[in-house]
Amino acid sequence: MRFLKEEIQEALCLRHTPEIQERLDRGRVAVAGLGGLGSCVAVALARIGVGHLHLIDHDRVDLTNLNRQQYFMRHVGMYKTDALREQLLEINPWLDIRTDCVRVCEENIRELFVEDDIICEAFDVPENKAMLVNGILGQFDEKKIVSASGMAGYGNSNAIRTRKITDRFYLCGDEVSDSRNGLGLMAPRVGICAGHEANLIAQLLIEKTIKGEKRK
Amino acid sequence: MIRVNGEEKHLENEITLQDFLEQEGYQTGRIAVEKNGGIVPKSQYAETLLHSGDVLEIVSFVGGG
Repeated sequence: MRFLKEEIQEALCLRHTPEIQERLDRGRVAVAGLGGLGSCVAVALARIGVGHLHLIDHDRVDLTNLNRQQYFMRHVGMYKTDALREQLLEINPWLDIRTDCVRVCEENIRELFVEDDIICEAFDVPENKAMLVNGILGQFDEKKIVSASGMAGYGNSNAIRTRKITDRFYLCGDEVSDSRNGLGLMAPRVGICAGHEANLIAQLLIEKTIKGEKRK
Repeated sequence: MIRVNGEEKHLENEITLQDFLEQEGYQTGRIAVEKNGGIVPKSQYAETLLHSGDVLEIVSFVGGG
C-alpha cells in the first residue's frame, strides 16, 4: 500500500489541525543516540509528521537492545541509523530523514548539528550526555537541547518529570536512577522518559515560548 | 551566601567554580552548570569566581538511555 504525500498530509491535518501540522512540518530535530530513548523519540516525532529528522548513532543493533529499543529481530547487526530510517519511512515515506553513522565528540558538534533547531540528547553514558549538552549550549547561541537523565529500573513512573534548566536546556528523567547501580534499563520506564522528551520537543515546535517551572 | 540547586551555601572565602565543584565532590566530566541563567562553558570553570547572591543549578548526569 502506498499513499500520496497529500493523503498523508491530510490525515495528519485531520488529527492535529493544519495550523499545528504546519509547525511540525517545518521542524528540524536531531536525535543523538538511537537506543531506548532515541529510537522511541524518533518514532513518536515521525508519527506526528515532524518534517526533518536527523538520526545520529555509530552503533549496530544488538540482541540485548530489543528489551527496550525500537528494533526487530531482522535489524540485529544493522547500523541503528539504517534500521531506524527504514522503520520511520514505513510510517511516513515523505519525511526528510538524514542519518549520520558517526560518534559525536566535542570537535564535530559544530559541523554535525548546524542545520538542526532542536537537539534530543539520547545517549547512554553520562560523560557523553554532559559533553553534548555543554557543546550545544556553548557552541551555538540559538539551538535548544532536550536531555535525559535517570530512567533505569521499573515502577515509580511519576518520579520522571521534565524540568526547564534554561530557555535552551530542558531535562527529562528522575535525575537519580543510574543504569550502573545494578538497575536495568527496561522498555516501560525508558519509554516514559522518551515520551517526556518527545512531548517537550512537540511543544517547543508548536509553541514559541514555554513557561518554565524553575527551581526557586 | 550562594544558592546551589535550591539550597543556600555559605562561602568562607572567594572561590572559583572549579574549586567549589571539587570541594563539593562533583565529577566535572558528568555535569552541566547553569549560573544566573546561563550555562558556564567547561573551559571557564577555573576562571569563574563565585560571588554572594549567585544562583547555581548543577545538573549531574546519570547513566542510561
